[in-house]
Amino acid sequence: MAEIQIKGVGKSFGSFTALHSIDLTIADQEFMVLLGASGCGKTTLLRIIAGLESPTRGEVWIGGKRVDQLPPRDRGIAMVFQNYAVFPHLTVYENIAFGLRMKKLPQPEVDTRVRRTAELMHIEQLLKRYSGQLSGGQRQRVAVARALAMEPDVILMDEPLSNLDALLRLEMRAELKGVLANSKTTTIYVTHDQVEAMSLADRISVMNGGRIVQAASPVEVYRNPAARFVGSFIGNPPMNFLPAEKHGDGRYHVAGLSLAGPPGAAQKLEFAIRPEDLAIAPGGLKAIARVIEPLGAHTLVTSEVGGALFRAVLDSDIRIAPGDELSLVPKPDRIRWFDPETSSALKAVP
Amino acid sequence: MSAAAADRPRAVSDIGAAGKFLFWAGVVLLCAWVLVPIYLLVVNTLSSTAEVTAFPKTGIPSFDLGSIQFFLSFQGVLKALWNSLLVAVLTMVLSIAIGAPAGYALSRFEFPGKATFRMLVLMTRAFPLPLLALPIAVMFIRVGLDDTPVGLALVHTTLAIPFSVLITFSIFSGIPLELEEAAWTLGCNRLQAFGKVVLPLVLPGITASAIFAFTISWNEVFAASVLTVQNRTLTAFLLQSLSVSPLHLRFAGGAALVIPALIFIFAVRKYMFAMWGIANR
Repeated sequence: MAEIQIKGVGKSFGSFTALHSIDLTIADQEFMVLLGASGCGKTTLLRIIAGLESPTRGEVWIGGKRVDQLPPRDRGIAMVFQNYAVFPHLTVYENIAFGLRMKKLPQPEVDTRVRRTAELMHIEQLLKRYSGQLSGGQRQRVAVARALAMEPDVILMDEPLSNLDALLRLEMRAELKGVLANSKTTTIYVTHDQVEAMSLADRISVMNGGRIVQAASPVEVYRNPAARFVGSFIGNPPMNFLPAEKHGDGRYHVAGLSLAGPPGAAQKLEFAIRPEDLAIAPGGLKAIARVIEPLGAHTLVTSEVGGALFRAVLDSDIRIAPGDELSLVPKPDRIRWFDPETSSALKAVP
Repeated sequence: MSAAAADRPRAVSDIGAAGKFLFWAGVVLLCAWVLVPIYLLVVNTLSSTAEVTAFPKTGIPSFDLGSIQFFLSFQGVLKALWNSLLVAVLTMVLSIAIGAPAGYALSRFEFPGKATFRMLVLMTRAFPLPLLALPIAVMFIRVGLDDTPVGLALVHTTLAIPFSVLITFSIFSGIPLELEEAAWTLGCNRLQAFGKVVLPLVLPGITASAIFAFTISWNEVFAASVLTVQNRTLTAFLLQSLSVSPLHLRFAGGAALVIPALIFIFAVRKYMFAMWGIANR
């Protein structure tokens, strides 16, 4: 049982504030992904939880115990590093056994655990090798096996797949998900790759500028971004945004189209729609196609609506040429509204 | 005419052959540069007194051990040899004991004045030893360190420390911090992580750095001559008696200085190769 509670954690490096007050609770056995661009503070937060960095203020609780003053070894955590950190002077076997020997477990127990985790990560034939004789993917497996062998309450992963090539990353991602789901540990996983985050997470914490902007399930984060930043960061291509102006009775003008807005909202709003929630039909947004990119399953059309860049993911059967005028109709239940002042989301029309 | 002929374009294979010749010529020249003096030293050491002064030379040693026997039985040589060894080992231990922690701190921690500190470490080499020798001698006499191996080792340590700090700094910097952090998360405290992860990885480099300190002390002659009177090291002893000794004795003395250093470096050569990087095993 290891619920993680982060209470008002902040971190400053001199005059630079890396983390503003962070509050986050991660349930036992939950797979939490910290997602954000580089420099958003996600790695700092992970290192604070690991005990490799001390918070400037706030508290960290793991499994009902306050740990922010404890060294890493007393926190019941194991960590997988971005560059693997496999000890070069030890064999794979001794690498995996390292933490177990520090715990002074009897040799038969060490041996059982090393062999079990090595089998789990498919590296049982590499046990006698040194890290210099391993490929990047194999080193990553050793690093994960070393963490799993500890049977920790919490596994922390700092961009573990970012140094692997694309194909290997895909393979390891699926494998990690399976292994970690069976290990019954709480996992915190840091990444800047939104696809990785979506596919692995029970919950995603989207971070920006040292703050958690939204912490929710992958689908929720995708469908109902809590802030403009989340909508523009997640999704490839990202969400489209257009300015909207109220013209009485809760209706808003969006690039010449009149749409029902959220009740009681301000004079100026921002209209947002995902590119795949658009369809070609009469009576929609007037768009001029600029770039057409057939992607097989669908066609990505980059167009101009009222002078702004506007992307639509359309059926690949559609025949259009650059310069064509399109009428793009947004799915009404997928329209989202943002307050341009605070850039946070407004409750959608029920 | 001949110039024009020499100027004609050559086949690529010809140029390759010329390059190969230059390469091997360079190799031979560099080897000769190092080996010929050592060879002459050894030949003359192993020749009888008459052969050393005779002309023409045969170039082949007669394995006459008379010079060496004479040298070793020469008044004070064995004591000087022992002093040299003692001072060099003390220097080696002190410079690593002081230099390695400084190198670790430089590579692992950020602290105010770090750049200045690095500069100052190098600056200690900017003071010419002759300038410092007299004040040091006076100071040593006052505190009773004059003419002792410990006193001389202290001076040699100050000479060796800049190197040991900078070499160990680069060695520690070559060890990713993540390896230590991984060890911390796997149940080590700071000291255990250092002992179990960092130390095995830096040992070859530290050894190389230690040998460097040893040779600095072994070869140092100025401070040794100024600061010791009765307890002379071999270099100082030879400097003192060189001008008044016969030729074969000088050769024997030279060999006694060179051979131990050669043997020592040969024994740890594989660590020397790893000096600027980390060997994988």
